[in-house]
Formats: sequence, C-alpha cells, structure tokens
Amino acid sequence: MSRVRALPEAVLTLRQKRFGEYLPAVIAVVAVALFPIFRPPLDGLMDDAILALAYIVMALGLNIVVGFAGLLDLGYVAFYAFGSLMAGWLASDHFAKVNDGKGVFAGVNEFVKTSSPQGIHLNFLLIVLVAIAIAAIAGAIIGLPTLRLRGDYIAIVTLAFGEIIGRFVANGDSVKISGYALSNGRQSISPLDQLDLPFVPEFDSATNLRPYYWAVLAMILVVLFVNFRLRDSRLGRAWVALREDEVAAVSMGIPLVRTKLMAYAVGASFGGISGAFLGVYSNTVNGNAFQFGFSIFILAMVIMGGLGSIWGVVIGAVLLSFVNTRLIPDVLDGEGVRSFLSGFGLDFTFSEVSFGVFGFILLLMMVLRPEGLLPERRRKLELAEGVGAEESVFEGRA
Amino acid sequence: MESASVPSERVRPTGGAQAWELISKYGLIALLIAFPAYYAITDVAAGDGLSRIGENLVAGISNGAIWALVALGYTLVYGIIELINFAHGDNFMIGSFVAFGLYGVFGLGLGTGALGLAVGLFACLLISMVVSGALNVMIERVAYRPLRNAPKLAPLITAVGVSFILQNVGVLWLGASQVGIPDLIDAQRQVVEIAGVPISRSDLLAVAVTVPLVALLTAFVNRTRLGKAMRATAQDPEAARLMGINVDTTISLTFLLGGLLAGAGGLIYALYQTSVWYFQGFTAGLIAFTAAVMGGIGNLRGAVIGGLIIGCIQQISDNRIGNEWTPAVVFGYLVLIMVFRPQGLIGEETREAG
Repeated sequence: MSRVRALPEAVLTLRQKRFGEYLPAVIAVVAVALFPIFRPPLDGLMDDAILALAYIVMALGLNIVVGFAGLLDLGYVAFYAFGSLMAGWLASDHFAKVNDGKGVFAGVNEFVKTSSPQGIHLNFLLIVLVAIAIAAIAGAIIGLPTLRLRGDYIAIVTLAFGEIIGRFVANGDSVKISGYALSNGRQSISPLDQLDLPFVPEFDSATNLRPYYWAVLAMILVVLFVNFRLRDSRLGRAWVALREDEVAAVSMGIPLVRTKLMAYAVGASFGGISGAFLGVYSNTVNGNAFQFGFSIFILAMVIMGGLGSIWGVVIGAVLLSFVNTRLIPDVLDGEGVRSFLSGFGLDFTFSEVSFGVFGFILLLMMVLRPEGLLPERRRKLELAEGVGAEESVFEGRA
Repeated sequence: MESASVPSERVRPTGGAQAWELISKYGLIALLIAFPAYYAITDVAAGDGLSRIGENLVAGISNGAIWALVALGYTLVYGIIELINFAHGDNFMIGSFVAFGLYGVFGLGLGTGALGLAVGLFACLLISMVVSGALNVMIERVAYRPLRNAPKLAPLITAVGVSFILQNVGVLWLGASQVGIPDLIDAQRQVVEIAGVPISRSDLLAVAVTVPLVALLTAFVNRTRLGKAMRATAQDPEAARLMGINVDTTISLTFLLGGLLAGAGGLIYALYQTSVWYFQGFTAGLIAFTAAVMGGIGNLRGAVIGGLIIGCIQQISDNRIGNEWTPAVVFGYLVLIMVFRPQGLIGEETREAG
C-alpha cells in the first residue's frame, strides 16, 4: 500500500466510527478545559494540574519508546533537560553579551524587550521548535549505539546517557563554551520570560494561571492527536511489529535502524516540548533537577497506565502527578496518617521517601497487574497468552 | 558482535569481522590505558615523577577490590537468570549501614583495643554479609521470582522499584545526607612505602578481605556440587531441572552468594571511606555493573579484573578531574564498552553469548 492511498483509508475509518464513540473523549476534554473557570485564577490546585498536564506530554513521549517500540529507556530525563535548557538559553538573559549586549528578539512582546534588554528572547513557539529539534537529534544519537544491543543493555546505555547529560547540566557552570556557561548549575538560570504566544494576550503566572493551563491543554491535544495518528500509521505498526518479533519484522522488510531511531527521536521530542514548557512555567532551570529519579517517575506513569495504551498513560500520568503533589504531602503526611504512624513509633514524612513510594508502585504494578490500569488490548493478550512474547525485545525467559 | 564469540567451522569470519574484533578488543584496552597514561606523562613532563599516579593506582586497586565484590554479585546473577539486579548496589549500601549500626551494638569505638576491634569487626563482617545475603534472597522471592515467565524487561523494572525502596529505607535509617562514622582502623595510616608510594591500612584491609572471599567463591563455584548446579542452571535451566537440579533453590543460592559479597563490600566501604549515605549504593551499583560488563558479564574472573580497572579509573578521575565528574567518566566508559565490546574484555559466559 502506498503512502498516498494510506491517508484516505485512514480518513474513511475515522468517519466509519460513529460520533457516539468519540463522545466520552469529547466530554472529558470539555470538562478538563472548563475546570479553571471554577477555580480562582491563582490556585494551588491549578498549579498542580498544570504540572500534571505537562507530565502527560512527557509520559506520552516515553510511551512511544517503551510502550510502542518496546525499548526500555531509563534516561528519559535527558530530554527534559534539553527542553528546559533550550528554554533557559532562548528565553532569558543567559547570553548577556550576544549582539553587543543589545540582545536578540524574535516574536516577543514589548514588555520583554524593555524589561530584559539583553540575551536571546524568542517566541515560545520558536523555542518549542528548537527544543523538538535538539531533543530529537539527541534522542537519535543516544539511540544509535543501542541498535545492536539486547533489551536490558539498552536500558543501561540510555541510563548512562541520561546520567552523563544530567551531570553536564548540573556542573554546567564550569563548562564554558565561548565564554558562556552551559547552564548555571545549582544556581539556576532564572528568571525566564513568560509564555508568549501569538494572537493571545500576555501571560502572567504571578496573577493568573488560567492561560498556562489552557496552553498546556492545547499542547496535549496536539500531542494526543499526533500519538493516535502515529500509532495507527505505518511507522506505528512497524514499531509494534519490532517490539513483538524483531527478526520476523526485519525479514518482512521493516527498516530496523530507521524505525528504531524514529521511535527514539519522536519520543525524545515530546520530552523536549514538555521540558521547554516546564522551564518557562517554573521560571527557572536548575541544574539539579535532572536526576535519574525523574526518569523513573515518568516510567512509573507509563507502567501504571499500561505500556502502549495512550489513554492509560494519560491516566497514569495524572494519577502519579497528583500522588506527588497532593497525596503524599497533604494526605499521607497529614495529621491523621502521621498520628497513626507515630502510634507505631514511626516518625517520618512521606515527602522524604516519595521516590520509595514510586518504587513501591512500580514493584506492585509489575507483580500484580503488569498490563497496567487501562491496558492496550494487544498487550493484554500477549501477557495472558504469551502471544509473540518469545523472541521480542520483551523476551520470555526459559 | 555475537558471531565473533561463537566458534564455527563452516562460517569463517571475514577479514572485516576479524579486524573489528581486534580493533574493539585492543582499542578498548588502549582507551583504558590512555587514561592513566595521559596523567602519568603530564606528571613526568611537569617534573613531578610518577609517585602521584602511583598513589592514584594504589587507591584505585583497593577501591577496585570493593567494586569487584559488588560486581561479582551482578555477574553471578546475570550469569544465571540474565537479569540486571538493579537493586544490588543498594543492597551493598544496606550492608554498610548494618555494619555502622553494629559498631554501636558491639560498642566499637576509637578507644577499643586491638583484639576487641579485630573480633568485633569480624563479627560485623559476618553479620552484614548475612543480612545482605538474606535481603538479596528475599528480593528475589518477592520481586523477581513471580516474574520469571514474564517479558524480560518486567523484572528489570521491578528491580529499579526495589532499588528505590531500599534507597528510601536508607533515607529513613540515617537521613538524606552523608553520615561520618568513626575511623576505627585509622584507615589512612601508612603501613609501608613501596617505591615512594605510601600504602595505607585501608588499602591492605580491602585487599585482605577481598582476596580470600573471591578465592572461596571461585572454589565454591568450580569445585562443589552446588557450584556445579549453579553452572548447569546458568547454561540451561530447563535441562538442569530435568537432571534433578532444583532450579529455584539454585537461583536463591546465587542471590545469597551475591548478597554475602555485597555485605562484605559494604563493611569495607564503611571502614575505608569513614562515611556512608543512602545514595552510595546507586553510584557503587553502576560502577560495579560497568566493571562486570567490562570483564564480560557472567564471567567471575572478568568481574574482578573489571572492578580493579574501574577502581583505578574512578580514583584518577576523582583526583584529577574532580569527583563531581566521576560518574560521567565512568558512564562514558560504560557506553563505549557497551557499544564497541558488549562481550567485555575477557568474554561473557551467558546463554545468549552461546
């Protein structure tokens, strides 16, 4: 089937589904979009919701690599780092002496030009484009050496790359490239410009979080659309085929190198988008933020929701994000649980051990419900009957 | 990459494959030697002589002895069930914490006499070994055994989960920062000086504990009935089961052995570094895993050699580049090995390698 004919067929299947099948999704999106109206413009819950939405983008990216293509990536934090770093570079005074100290501006509003006259200041959409490009290239470069490796070695190599990149950003203040530090290390690059989009009024996270919420929601809708289209595309089916049985897929004519590298690059670019957003939203790029634990945090979202299941991953990301921002500090560390625990002589806060909680979730999910909360149909079959599990990267053991 | 390690009469390796084999093997060795050699040459050029690099290497070998103990745990487990026991480094950390806790229980302090110290530390060694060994067996029961027929990456993910749980047990135990512990053996005191390079008590201790343990382990694996069962299971678990070997017990035994060595490494680390913290296991785990892969995973001798080499690299990097960069250097080597010589320097002994 040629590419030209593939598109009309896809449109056809889209039309064949009745509107009713889309109704739950549409209702959910509308409800989520209306949520800020019922909250004050500056609100802790909104703040947490924005983080959760940003993590969805990241989890969807990792899902492409781990869920669709079956390549366990333990270094996903690298792409968060690249995205944030791009935001730090291209939306702040970091490169103060560029253009003889007069700054470089592209598509930003007058407020930015007057308040921070130095450095590079690009429109957020441009930053996202740069972040996508950089993260995708980095993803492909990291993916390149893993092509010949078996599954568990891939995990370790990606982990090693993630740590190396994390190290470079954390110690970035001592890495100088033509006079500029790579990052400010533990000092953080801060402040960053507010989010700046064409055709909408200025954003100001100090007074109103709603625009940020809607911006990240719009981002998710785009990412979700891309995800669904990718999953059903020729490329998406090639990923699944490689995951199921590499040898068979290759002998059917699937180009191994290109398909795998595309998985890494596409997955990484989502991480870059989300990283750029998180950098701008949190108004700081701290070199210490890019730790191995973050990769596991995102991986836990994917595992919890269900490897390869797009809606599952969305739910997993929201759940774990709120576990992190609400359940642990407010409920588990609340008065009730604390007094209960101190009754046993246990005196600690769950915030200290939040990563232990995520580790526990990983362990529990994998042992009790490995297909995740909302499993992909095909994956469920595989786990139940061992279909195609034997020779794939997710290899069954004797 | 794997065809190179499979001897075959019919398919003769092509010239290109042979060249690649040579380049990857000796290129890696050259890369490993280049690191200390560079600093040795700059030292000599600066007129400082070789004593500084000598000190680095001595410290590297004694540190490497600890990494070798941990690496053996990785390589044993990988050899038998082809799982990267990600929690192994944290098991080593727990070993250190147990040893430190026992100082208090036995009343070991700076004022303890030589005999009391020797007996007390020996007891510490045994107990921390047993605790780490038992913990490792328990981890296998809870986190890996239920997933033995699951897709291969499932136990790796639970291993990461267990690793985080253990780290946070460490946080709850001794807090989230480094804890200084009493320097019981006066670790830095010089014992002898060989060719201008001082050798301290901690160096001797590390070697003195590691060498007998490694010898015992090798003898156990190669000479005893249980060791034979381990080797058989590593080669083909199904056939081993048909021959009447209890595969589950053998796997538990392997985890026990790995845990024992990690516990011993934990005590030496505590005595050597005189500080412990919850995150030491993560770094140690990755360094030791690098060592195991460098030697050829599944290969006991390789793990020890890899440990010593990586110890030297880590020491030189700590001393010359700065310890905040050491993980990047070690991981850089890890990536190079994985890419160019995944079977390691000596060659791996696993089912997949044939």
